[in-house]
Amino acid sequence: MNNLNVAKIQLNGNSYDISIKTSLYDLLNNLSIPDDKVAIELNGTIIEKSKYIKILLKKGDKVEVVHFIGGG
Amino acid sequence: MAVGKYMEDIFSVGQKNFKSRLIVGTGKYKNFEETANAVIASGADIVTVAVRRVNITDKKQPLLMDHLDPKKITYLPNTAGCFSSEDALRTLRLAREIGGWELVKLEVLGDKKTLYPNMIETIKSTEVLVKEGFKVMVYCTDDPILSKKLEDVGASAIMPLAAPIGSGLGIQNKINISLIKEQSSVPVIVDAGVGTASDATIAMEIGCDAVLVNTAIAESKNPVLMAESMKNAVKAGRQAFLAGRMKKRKYASASSPDENLI
Repeated sequence: MNNLNVAKIQLNGNSYDISIKTSLYDLLNNLSIPDDKVAIELNGTIIEKSKYIKILLKKGDKVEVVHFIGGG
Repeated sequence: MAVGKYMEDIFSVGQKNFKSRLIVGTGKYKNFEETANAVIASGADIVTVAVRRVNITDKKQPLLMDHLDPKKITYLPNTAGCFSSEDALRTLRLAREIGGWELVKLEVLGDKKTLYPNMIETIKSTEVLVKEGFKVMVYCTDDPILSKKLEDVGASAIMPLAAPIGSGLGIQNKINISLIKEQSSVPVIVDAGVGTASDATIAMEIGCDAVLVNTAIAESKNPVLMAESMKNAVKAGRQAFLAGRMKKRKYASASSPDENLI
C-alpha cells in the first residue's frame, strides 16, 4: 500500500493503520465485527449506527469500539 | 395449591416484568460455556454485563452475545469499574447505543480496596441518567437516608450492598436493609456480598424484591449447582416472606395438644 493512502488512527488505545476513505462501517467490516453487537465512540462522541456508513475516518481520529463482556 | 400465590408473583422493575427474583452476574467464570450453563441453572431472567473495548487483535475471540442471547435474557449493562460520574455516564450511553438498552445498573465506586459506592457521585449520575430516559437500578450503601434520596431523584430500583462486592460475607446490616425496604416504593434488591444460599434467603425473608449474585456462584466449586441452589434459596425466602413467619416467643409452646394425655 502506498503511504499516501494510509492514515494512522488510534483504535481502542492502539495505533492502527487504515486506508483513506475508510468509513466506520468499513472499519467494522475489516475487523469482522458485527455492528449490532458494538457501539462506537469517535473522538469522544458516540456515533449512531445509522451513521457508520457515512462517516469517513481521518488521520489522528480516536476510535473506541466497545461491546458487552461478562461482569458483575 | 400452597404455591398459588407464589406462582403469580411477578417481579416488576423499570416497567418490565420478570418471573425470577434472582439476578446473576456474568463475571469471573472460567469460560462462556460455564457462564451460560450457570445462568440457565439459576433461572435468572436478568444478567448483568460489563462494557469493555473489543479485542481488535484476536478476531476469533468468542463474544458473550453468542452464548447468552440478549433476545431471550435481559442484559443489564453495569458500570462496574467506574470511579467517576463521567465514566459511568459514558459507559451507559455506549451500552444504550449497542442495542437500545434503557434498563441499566449504575455503580460509581469510591475506593479500590472496599469497592464501596461513592454516593455523592452516584446520586449525581442517577439524576442525569433519569433525565436522559434511562431506567436506573442503583448500587448503593445500606443507608436509608441516601437510599431515599436515590428514589427521590428517580431511581428505578435501590440496590444496597449486603457486604463489599465479592466478599461473600452475607448481610451485615439486616436492620438497615429492612428499613430501606420499608420506606421504598421502588424495588429493593440486595446487591453484592451474598456468599451462599442462606444469605439470599435471608434477603428475601426480610422482604427484598430480588437478589443479585455473581461471585458466590462463579467462585463456588460447582458454579452450575450453586446457581441452582441460589434459585431455590431466593424462591424459599420469597415464599417464607409471602407466607408470613410465625411470631417469636421466649418460651416453648408444645406442638401436641395437652388434652387426652394417656
